[in-house]
Formats: sequence, structure tokens, C-alpha cells
Amino acid sequence: MKYLGITLERPKIGVFGFTGCEGCQLQIANKEETLKNLFNSIEVVNFREISSDGCDDYDVAFVEGSITTESEVTRLQKIRNQAKILVAIGACACLGGVNNLKSRFPLSDVVKEVYGMHPVDTGPVRRLQDVVSVDIDLPGCPISKSEFEWLVRNLVLGIKPQFPQYPVCVECKQQLNSCVFDMGMMCLGPVTRGGCNAICPRNRFGCWGCRGHSEEANFESLMRILRERGFEDEHISERINFFNAFNGIL
Amino acid sequence: MDVKIGKPINIAIDDLTRVEGHGNIKIRIENGKLAECVWEVVETPRFFEVMFKGLSIEMVPLLAARICGICSISHALASARAIERALEIEVPGPAQKARLLAKHAETLQSHALHLFFLVAPDFLNAHSVIPIMETHPHVVETATRIRGFANMASDLFGGRTTHPMVIKVGGLTQIPRKRQLKALAKDLDATIPYLSDAFDLFKTFTMPDFIRETEFVSLKGKREYPFIGGDLVSSDGVVKKEDDYLAMTNEYFVDFSNSKFSRLSRESFSVGALARFNNNYELLHPKAKEAAAELNLKPGVHNPFFHNLAQLVECVHVMYESKEMITALIDSDITQHETPYRIKRGEGVGAVEAPRGILYHHYRINEAGKIERSDCVIPTGQNHANIYYDLHKLVEKLIADGKEEEISRLAQMLVRAYDPCISCSVH
Repeated sequence: MKYLGITLERPKIGVFGFTGCEGCQLQIANKEETLKNLFNSIEVVNFREISSDGCDDYDVAFVEGSITTESEVTRLQKIRNQAKILVAIGACACLGGVNNLKSRFPLSDVVKEVYGMHPVDTGPVRRLQDVVSVDIDLPGCPISKSEFEWLVRNLVLGIKPQFPQYPVCVECKQQLNSCVFDMGMMCLGPVTRGGCNAICPRNRFGCWGCRGHSEEANFESLMRILRERGFEDEHISERINFFNAFNGIL
Repeated sequence: MDVKIGKPINIAIDDLTRVEGHGNIKIRIENGKLAECVWEVVETPRFFEVMFKGLSIEMVPLLAARICGICSISHALASARAIERALEIEVPGPAQKARLLAKHAETLQSHALHLFFLVAPDFLNAHSVIPIMETHPHVVETATRIRGFANMASDLFGGRTTHPMVIKVGGLTQIPRKRQLKALAKDLDATIPYLSDAFDLFKTFTMPDFIRETEFVSLKGKREYPFIGGDLVSSDGVVKKEDDYLAMTNEYFVDFSNSKFSRLSRESFSVGALARFNNNYELLHPKAKEAAAELNLKPGVHNPFFHNLAQLVECVHVMYESKEMITALIDSDITQHETPYRIKRGEGVGAVEAPRGILYHHYRINEAGKIERSDCVIPTGQNHANIYYDLHKLVEKLIADGKEEEISRLAQMLVRAYDPCISCSVH
């Protein structure tokens, strides 16, 4: 493709899913208004959810989901060996995500509760970076299509993507939203990294931290504010650990 | 000799494409007879029933949404409904309407994704929608318009298309403002004409000729084509209360699947658009009935490939019904979006018609408002056994007809017609 008279590479991409809900992959297929432009700038060679073409010659791999079985480890290593750039997409791939909630219980109890004596292959929940080296984390539960497109633009132009490091509060204030704390809700916006345009607080719902923590997040102040406003540690802890984004600070 | 296929045939389709999640088809034919035919569900389980354990109820619909990236609105709604029934919470009328509008947006979004992106390539000799953008641009234009409206409506009523944060126990965090509703109504009016383009396209597709009689299970509508809550019904005459869903689902294990299988009066049953159509045809919007007539589709269809056409008819239904509901919301007082509630011990079931069929969430809640026990029965999980027996019959028919070269393609199309949501079924 050409842009301003300059010939640009059209990177070959593959999209892969592991343990997760496939919602992040769906975001890529969503928003058809721009789909044609997206597919003009990249060549999709492997995307099982929407295509029967399965080619293993790709430059960039977008990988969704956590790793929970040994066969997934092998499959991910193969993808890593092939891809020049490996992008973890979504909270499950970047953080472990909600999958990690099962880790509150011993694995044998987990299997027995759902499957009884029926044998099932499962292991502890791992992020992609626990298994292979990851070049870029594209955060969110789910990822946003516009941020995905922004990342692709950067990759096509050969620019190292600079993700926002400031917290969700910055973007929330820019939109002049009423603070959800003042509506009596809990919010992790002060410590969660932005880039989502404060989509949850904008919909009158406190942030849950699906994007991981912002740079220099001040957890002590957050805890003080939450306790001052009458939230109990038990509820704060549930919220903080929902996406496994804050390394269990509480 | 009656045997038409002499040489052994081995078909192994690992990770079937253009479906949600991971499933394999294995077919082996020896001496002209079907030796093996398996629908393997190999998706890795996530153990949601364990993940819910000990969580506060306010977090539960949010976690429930994460079961599925495509039908997250249905999961959030079934989950909130189960909790509301356990705690005897009555959701305000306008919020119930706005929830149903979110539901319709999801149905439209999901059906259109399936029909245009996953199914249409089979009939247009393409491997995906990507080459279709060049060869049949109007098909992609139609899909873009219909899904564009559906996404706009999901954003408005759910907060976003996937993993809605607006749906909460007791109601919704907010109901859209009237000027937003008016803008949406305008977009809907501009989108409805594209439905006839979709019909013109699908009328050119010939669904494979295959019938296997089965039982259809869905919600039982009273006055409206049902999507949220109510009695359960099967085409074999079984009627149960929502709370008695286990008597409808009867889950059991098979050794080649990480998802449980289900049965009711026969060896298997079917849920989804075709089941709803067959069981509740009379309650469809008049425009949807007209559309069905245009496709020669009448209730009592036992060809599983007609799931596709039933979905198309439902697209008409949800668009016209959405138009009426949006108008009703614009003309009413929409300030009350939630009902305050008190925590207490309780147990409840929520049944919802997800795009792929009836979905159940069931929770037991302790006096501190935490989940003690949970159970989720997923539409695709209920369809797996039906897919399995359909595959058997389809392959046997193709052997008898001497159409060995057709087996692999039609077997894949058959599974795809069910629009399986495999990671959801394993959850």
C-alpha cells in the first residue's frame, strides 16, 4: 500500500485464541465501517474465527487468552518462533484476567466441582509473558477496536507504540464526567492505566482495572480514599483482584 | 453389492474454522460403512462455576458476561435475572424495556456476524469474508449497515458490544437520553431497507437437502416472542417452569468432549433460532412472518441448515420490535433505571434466549450476599448432542447417495449452521 507517495509494507498477520472468551478477536472483526481499510493495510493470513485460510507465514501474531494447558504452551511457542512481533491482546493474555479467579481454590477441587470424576486437562493460569517473550501488551477486557487500529497503524508505519501511562482519571476528567466516587461507587480509575477513554465511568460504573496499573500508581492513597468512603477491605480486595491486575496488593 | 464407496475415507478436521472456539470433526468410513463419526469439543475449560464461588452478587453479572465474547449481553442478563429472582427484586418497567433492547441488539449483531461472515462464504465459494469484500461489495455493505446499527444499539443500552457494564443487579446503571433514542430510531429507519438486500442474497443460496427429526427446546412465549424469562417448552410437548430447567437439560458426559451433552425426550434436542421459530412462530412480528413466507419457511422445520434462515427471520423480528420499543421509551417516563435491594439468603434461576438458544444461570446466595453455588447451562452445550447425531445421519445419507466428495464440506457447513459458541459451551 502507499501513503503520501511512500510504499508501506503490508504486514502479514495471524490472530490466535487460547483460554478465553474470544471477545477480543471479535473486536477485530467488529466495526465494519473501517474493516476494509484495516484489511487494506494488513494481510490476514491466519484467523480461524472468521477465515478458513490457515497459513503459517505471518509477521505479527495477535494472541488472545491465558495459557492453562501444556498443549497450549507448545502451540504458543510455535507462534512465538514464527512471529517477528507477538502482541498479547486483552486482559486474559496480558494479566491472566478473570481466569485467575479459579486460582483461589486448589486445582483438584476446581476440576472436581465442575467435572466430578470426568478427566479434564487443565493447569494453573499463566499470562503469555510467563511462557514466551511478548513484544507488546494491548490491554483491556475486551480490547477496543480503535486502540487495535491505532496499534496496527503504528506497526505498519514502523513506529514503536507509546501507550498512555497516566491513569483513567485523566481521560475521565477530560470528558467532564461526574466522578463516580461522588455517586457512592468504588472506582479504580486513579490507579488504572488510561487509553480506554474511561468507558466504564462514562457509563456510570466505577473502573475495575482491566488494563493493569498506571505508572507510579499511588495505591496507598487509593486505599485511604476507599476506606474513608466506607468501603470494606473485603470488597476492595474483590475489586482489585478481579482482573489480576494489581499483583494482589490487597 | 449396494456399497457405493469402496475405499476407506478418513476425514479429520482439526479446529473447525469460522466458528467460535475449538472443535474437531472426525469421520472414518470403512468398507462403505460409517466406522466413526465424532464431534470433538477440545476447548480448554475455564471453570466459571468455581470462579463465581464466594463473589459478591454485584460482581456476578460482570463475570458472567466474560463467559462469552459474542453473547456477553445474554450472560449478563441471565445472571442478573437469576440474582433478582433469588432476592425478589422487581426491575422497573423502562429498565426491562432497555434490557430487551440490549438483548435485541446482541441478537442482531450475532446473527448478522454468523450469516454474513461465517455462513455466506460457503455459498459464495470463498474461504472468508475478506475476498467477498472485492467480489461482492454489496454483501459487505449490507452486513456493515445492519451490524453498524446493532453495535450502536449495544453501545447505547449495554455500554459496549462486548462485556456490557450497564447491566447490573436491580436494573441498569442508566437508560439512554431521549435525544440519543431519537438518533437511534433514525438510524434504525435508515437500516431497515438493507434487510431486503439480505433476503435477496439468502434467497439465492440453496440450503442442503437434509432432514433429521428432533426435539426443539425454547422459552414458551405468552404474548410476545420470548427472549427473557418465562416457562420452558419442547416441541415434544414438555412444559416446565423456569426453576425446573434441570428437567429440560439433563446433562451428561461423553469421553470425547470437554463440554457436557444434553438430552430430553429423545437422544438429543436442538435450541436456537430454529427452535424459537418452530415453537413460537405465532408470536413473531407480522413483518417477520411475511419474511418467513418469502423464504417458504413454515414452523415444523427439521432441516438443521435452516437455522440460518430462522436467524434471518429473527433479524427482521428484532429490528421491527426494537423500533416499536424505542418509540415507546421516547414517549414514556424513563427516569427510573434501577430498584434498590437488600441482601438476603436466596436461590434463583434466570433463563434467557441467547442468540444460539436458551441459556440458564442458577445461583445460591448466602446471607452475606455471596455466591455459594452456581450452575450455567449453555445453548451450544445443549446442541452438541444434536450436532453429533445430525453428523452421523448426514454422513450415512451421503454414503448411501454415493457423494463421498461432499462429506467434508457439508459436515463443516452442518456444524457451522448451529453457529456454535464452543468456548462458551465449555466455560
